[in-house]
Amino acid sequence: MLLRTKLFGKTFEFKSVRELMGKANEPKSGDELAGLAATSIAERVAAKYVLAEITLETLRANPAVPYDRDDVTRVIDDAVNETIYSEIKGWTVGDFREWLLADKTTADMIRRVSNALTGEMVAAVTKLMSNLDLIYGAKKIRVTSHCVNTAGLPGTLASRCQPNHPVDSPEGIRAAIYEGLSYGSGDSVIGINPVDDSLSSVARLLDMTYDIIGTWQIPTQNCLLSHVTTQMQAMKKGAPVGLVFQSLSGSQLGNESFGIDVGMMDEAYALAQKYCWPTGPNYMYFESGQGSALSADAHNGWDQLTLEARIYGLAKRWKPYQVNTVVGFIGPEYLYDAIQITRAGLEDHFMGKLTGIPMGCDACYTNHARATQNDIENLAVLLSAAGCNYFMGVPMGDDAMLAYQCTSFHDAPSLRQTLGLRPLPEFEAWMEDLGLMKAGVLTDKAGDPSFFLDR
Amino acid sequence: MQEKDIQAIVESVLAELQASEGATVDTAQAYPAADVDDLQIDLDDPTLPEARQQPGIERPINPDGLRALMAATPARIGVGRSGPRPRTAASLLFLADHGVTQDALMHAVDADLLEELGLFSVESQAADRQTYLKRPDLGRKLTEAAKAVLRDRCTKNPDVQIFVGDGLSGAAIDHNLRQIMPVLEQGLNSAGLSVGTPFFVKNARVGLLNDVNGIVDARVCAILIGERPGLARAQSMSIYLGYRPRSASTDANRDAICNIYEGGLNPLEAGAHAVQLIQRMIRDKASGVGLKLV
Repeated sequence: MLLRTKLFGKTFEFKSVRELMGKANEPKSGDELAGLAATSIAERVAAKYVLAEITLETLRANPAVPYDRDDVTRVIDDAVNETIYSEIKGWTVGDFREWLLADKTTADMIRRVSNALTGEMVAAVTKLMSNLDLIYGAKKIRVTSHCVNTAGLPGTLASRCQPNHPVDSPEGIRAAIYEGLSYGSGDSVIGINPVDDSLSSVARLLDMTYDIIGTWQIPTQNCLLSHVTTQMQAMKKGAPVGLVFQSLSGSQLGNESFGIDVGMMDEAYALAQKYCWPTGPNYMYFESGQGSALSADAHNGWDQLTLEARIYGLAKRWKPYQVNTVVGFIGPEYLYDAIQITRAGLEDHFMGKLTGIPMGCDACYTNHARATQNDIENLAVLLSAAGCNYFMGVPMGDDAMLAYQCTSFHDAPSLRQTLGLRPLPEFEAWMEDLGLMKAGVLTDKAGDPSFFLDR
Repeated sequence: MQEKDIQAIVESVLAELQASEGATVDTAQAYPAADVDDLQIDLDDPTLPEARQQPGIERPINPDGLRALMAATPARIGVGRSGPRPRTAASLLFLADHGVTQDALMHAVDADLLEELGLFSVESQAADRQTYLKRPDLGRKLTEAAKAVLRDRCTKNPDVQIFVGDGLSGAAIDHNLRQIMPVLEQGLNSAGLSVGTPFFVKNARVGLLNDVNGIVDARVCAILIGERPGLARAQSMSIYLGYRPRSASTDANRDAICNIYEGGLNPLEAGAHAVQLIQRMIRDKASGVGLKLV
C-alpha cells in the first residue's frame, strides 16, 4: 500500500486508510484528543488529495472495526446491495463527490446508491465536501417516514416538543407541552428525556402524554427517551408507546457502553411492531453524536466522523421514523467551538440523508463549549436550507433538565416563516382547525399555553 | 534623571500617542452629552424570582391558568412572542443567564468547606482547567502522587467508598456537599455498612471510580460530582455509583442520581435515595444494566 502525494514540492505519505481518513477530516478537537488529526493544514489537504483517489471498494475492504470483531460492521456490510455495489465499487471518492453534486444525478438515483454504501464510504466523501457542498448535496435527498404523521416531505420542517422537567413532574411537563404545542412544536414527536429511568415513572409519563394526544386529537406520537430496556418493559406491560428510543454508537464496544447490542435492538424493534399504538410502519427514534465512541474508548483508532457515519448505517436496519445527531451536547473535547459544531451539524445531516435515514438535528451546545445561542440559530438556518427534517423545541432553548441549550419553541415557526416551510401536513391541518395557524403563519391565539386549559 | 521625571515623560508621550491615534478616547469627554437630567434608568434586578415569574403574554386566554402553568415548571414558558421571535425581556434574561454561567465555569471549590468536612485533596492527571476541558481521559486518572496519598490515608476494603470531585461545576459542590455528606454517612452507618475515608479530587471525571477503587477496593464506590452547568444553574450535582468498579468499567456498569440541588432533587432526598441504591447493589452484587436485569 502506498498513499502519497506532493504538495508545493513537499511529500506527504500516509501509512494506512485509517490514518488517511483521520487526517483528511476538517478540524475537530476530538480527533486531536485521539491523536488522529493532521498536524498541519497542508497535511490535511494532502490527505484529502489522496483520499479523493481511493476507490469505494478499498473503503469497503477497510472498515473501522474488522467484520469478525464487530456487529456494527456486520450489520452494515451484510446490508449492502451487491448488484448496485458492483456498479459503483470502482468509483473514487472524488468521482463519488462529483456524481452526488451533478445536475443529472437525481434524488432517486442517490437513494438507490445509498443501498450499496458503508459508513466508511459515506464518511470519506463527506471529508471532501465544503459546508455548502453538504447543504446542496443533502437538499437533493429527501427521506420520508410515517408513524402517525408523515415526516420529511419537501417544504416541511418538524419540531420535537421536548418538555423536560428536572424532577419529571407530570404537571410541569404538561405545562411545557402546552407551551410547545401553542407554537407549533410537537409534529415530530412529544419526546421527554426522563430523570428517573424506572418503569413506573416512564409508564406514568407515557400515559400522561398519550392522554394529551387523545384529548386534543393531535396528529403526533409520544416517546420517553429512557434506556431501551425500560421501554421494552413498558411495552410488555401495556403502556402506550409511540416511538421507541435509543442512543446508538458506531461500534460494538461503543454500544456495549450504552448497555445495548444488535440482538437487543432487534428485539426492541420486534416489540415496537407488536405493541406501539400508532399506524407506523416506522416506530424507532435514534440519537447519535460525533465523539460518543471515543468517549467510551470504543473508536478502534478511527476518526469520529467515520464512527458517526457507521451509526447511520446501523440505524437504517430498524427503519427509523427519525434520527438526530445531538451535535454539540458532548462538549468541547470533541467539538471545541461554534465552527466545529456547525461543521459537524452539516456533516451529520448530510451523512444521514446519504445513508437513507430521516435525519434531523439537535442543534445545541453546552456551557463549557465556545458557542452561543447565535451560533445555534445560524446552524438551524443552514440546516433548514439543507432540508433538515426536524429540530428540537425547548422553552427558550434552555432545557430545564439536561443542562444544555438548543433551539427554542420560537425557532421552528421563525425558520418556517423565514424560509417558506410548513409543519408536517397532518399537524398543520390540526393547527388550522384549532385556529393556531393560518396559511403557515402563527395566529394571535398562538404562543399561549393557557389555550390548552379548556379541555 | 529622577524616576518620577521619566514617568512624567512616559505619561506625556503616551497621552500624545493616545490623542493622535484615538486609542483610548474618553468618550464622555470627547462627546459631551446634552442636558439629560430627565433621562433616568434605574432597573430592578430582572434575574430575581418574582421578575422571572412575570408572564410575557399580553392578553392570555386564561391569565390565572397561565400563572399556574408557569408555576409548575422552572422551564421558560409563558414568555410570549413578537411575531415568531421571543419578546425583548425573555431574550435579555436568557443572555444574562448564559453570561453568568460562562463567568462561573472556572469556579474553584471552597477550600474551607473541604476542611470543615474533613476532606483532604488530591488531583487528577488534568493539571489545569483548560486541559481538563479538552482532555477528559486525563480527568479520569489519578496522578501517581494522588495514588500514593490514597494508599497512605484511606481505609482499605470498606463496604462503601465515597469521594467528591469538582467536575464541571465546583459551585455545585459548594452548594450541596454540606447537606448531603452527613445524610450519606449516617444512613450508611445505620444500615450497618462501613464507610471508607472520604476525600476530594480536583479536575475530576466520573471514570475516576475505577482508579480509586483499584486502591481502596470497596464493594460500592461512589463519586459526588458537579454537573455540566445549565443556564443560571451551576449548582446541580450528581452521584455516580458502581459495584466493585474496575479498570474496564464503563457507564453501563454504573448507576447515577442526577439533578441534585434545592430546586431539583433535594440533596437530603438524594442522600437517602443513594443509601437505598447502595444497599440494593450490595444485596444483588451488581450495578448499572446488570442491576436492572436482576
